[in-house]
Amino acid sequence: MALYSEKVMDHFRNPRNVGVIEDADGIGEVGNPVCGDIMKIYLKIENETVTDVKFETFGCGSAIASSSMATEMIKGKPLSEALTLTNKAVTEALDGLPAHKLHCSVLAEEAIKKAVRDYYDRNGIAYDPAQFPDCDSCASLEERA
Amino acid sequence: MIYADNAATTAMSKKAIHAMLPYLDEVYGNPSSLYAFGQKAKEALEAARGRIAACLGCEAREITFTSGGSESDNQAIMTAAALGEKKGRKHIISTAFEHHAVLHTLEKLKKRGFEITLLPVHENGIVTAKQVAEAIREDTCLVTVMYANNEIGTIQPVSEIGAVCREKGVLFHSDAVQAAGHLPVNVNEQKIDMLSLSAHKFHGPKGIGVLYAKRGILLESIISGGAQERGKRAGTENLAAIVGMAAALEEACAEIDNNAKRLTALRDRLIAGLNKIPYSELNGDAGKRLPGNVNFCFEGIEGESLLLLLDDKGICASSGSACTSGSLDPSHVLLAIGRPHEVAHGSLRLTLGENTTEDEVDYMIQAVTEVVTYLRNMSPFWRDLSTGRRPHVFAE
Repeated sequence: MALYSEKVMDHFRNPRNVGVIEDADGIGEVGNPVCGDIMKIYLKIENETVTDVKFETFGCGSAIASSSMATEMIKGKPLSEALTLTNKAVTEALDGLPAHKLHCSVLAEEAIKKAVRDYYDRNGIAYDPAQFPDCDSCASLEERA
Repeated sequence: MIYADNAATTAMSKKAIHAMLPYLDEVYGNPSSLYAFGQKAKEALEAARGRIAACLGCEAREITFTSGGSESDNQAIMTAAALGEKKGRKHIISTAFEHHAVLHTLEKLKKRGFEITLLPVHENGIVTAKQVAEAIREDTCLVTVMYANNEIGTIQPVSEIGAVCREKGVLFHSDAVQAAGHLPVNVNEQKIDMLSLSAHKFHGPKGIGVLYAKRGILLESIISGGAQERGKRAGTENLAAIVGMAAALEEACAEIDNNAKRLTALRDRLIAGLNKIPYSELNGDAGKRLPGNVNFCFEGIEGESLLLLLDDKGICASSGSACTSGSLDPSHVLLAIGRPHEVAHGSLRLTLGENTTEDEVDYMIQAVTEVVTYLRNMSPFWRDLSTGRRPHVFAE
């Protein structure tokens, strides 16, 4: 059996939405080079809707595939919906990930949430901090490495 | 397909396969059986032992057949530990970049009260005999240092280390799994007391190996049972594999100089080609390394995605990234030679073999260059490096 599902390999080989949005409305970066993965999500937001999304990822095959799939899942969706995207949903959409790669889908979820939070911060929009992941998790990843 | 992972395993030699066939087919007797049919198998077993001994420069009775490199390493270390313990000597010296078959066995002994000194490795991937000499104490019972490193291919000064150990009266074991069949081995001249090798690294079958132990060293059996291998390794002998291993080792040893000359030229061509990729660096000494070993770190990318894309281009390679090891940390070998984590994640090992051609080397240079560039273009880490937000580790 192959390491990854066909879906993962498809998104890894032909990643959707790779790149940078120069005038992004929100940017979220998670992970660090010591752990071996960094995900960066760029959002373009109009009328509380994700009109465009791009990503850059440093990481393994499942990290790239998770970023690609996650961006597909929130593109064109209302912000409220983008915020509810879970790592579980990303993993399921990819037809599963190996157990030791599940953290890649967590990074995708956290990167999107961080980008939305950045958008809220930039525009002075009030939000409930509890909705967002504790960014200390990045530090804890580093500690484990 | 371009197979560039000969340090992982090798294609079997046709000679070895043909040598094995009769022992998979008609000569199926048990070497321990008394009747002539069993004794025919026994004769083949002892002939193979003699041929292997001749390749290593030792006596047949100093050869014990095992299931491979890991078992040989385990048995050698447990033997030295048992002998040491009897004399109250419970200190073992090794290096930080040994194979896990050695390191994990030493961890086990540590829990049993042994003191373990892991010598630091110089950034060129080599430990010195002087380091060993300085670390030896009155209670040292074993020095175990690999002949050549499995990841970065660097060759250790085993003859010098052997001389130091012999002079100080300390047992010296060497894991020669990567070296046997590729570099000259003579256990007597090199003053090696115990040596491990594994057949599938030199075009022999998998699941078979050798532990050489100098006459007088009473091996500690780690598999209990029958009296095979002079009572030191129970279990019916894997005769076909043993015969195949003997054929493969003889063939490899007869061609060592020719193969080394040819592979070294290909290796250096590959190194020169990959060196042209900006912000990349060869791991380990450029000269004192196995003829077929190339190991690079590339800044700004991760090794597993590199391997998957190379696989798509038909290249079989390996990496020391955390993602490929299934752990959180990248290769302990790369960390031991001082590579920072973020660079070690972007490592690539290409190990050439007797079948590798110059065209394949040129194709690999092109493919690796393309894939590294592609991955860097989607890497936020690379963006940070190239815009000066993070400092480079390597020179351009």
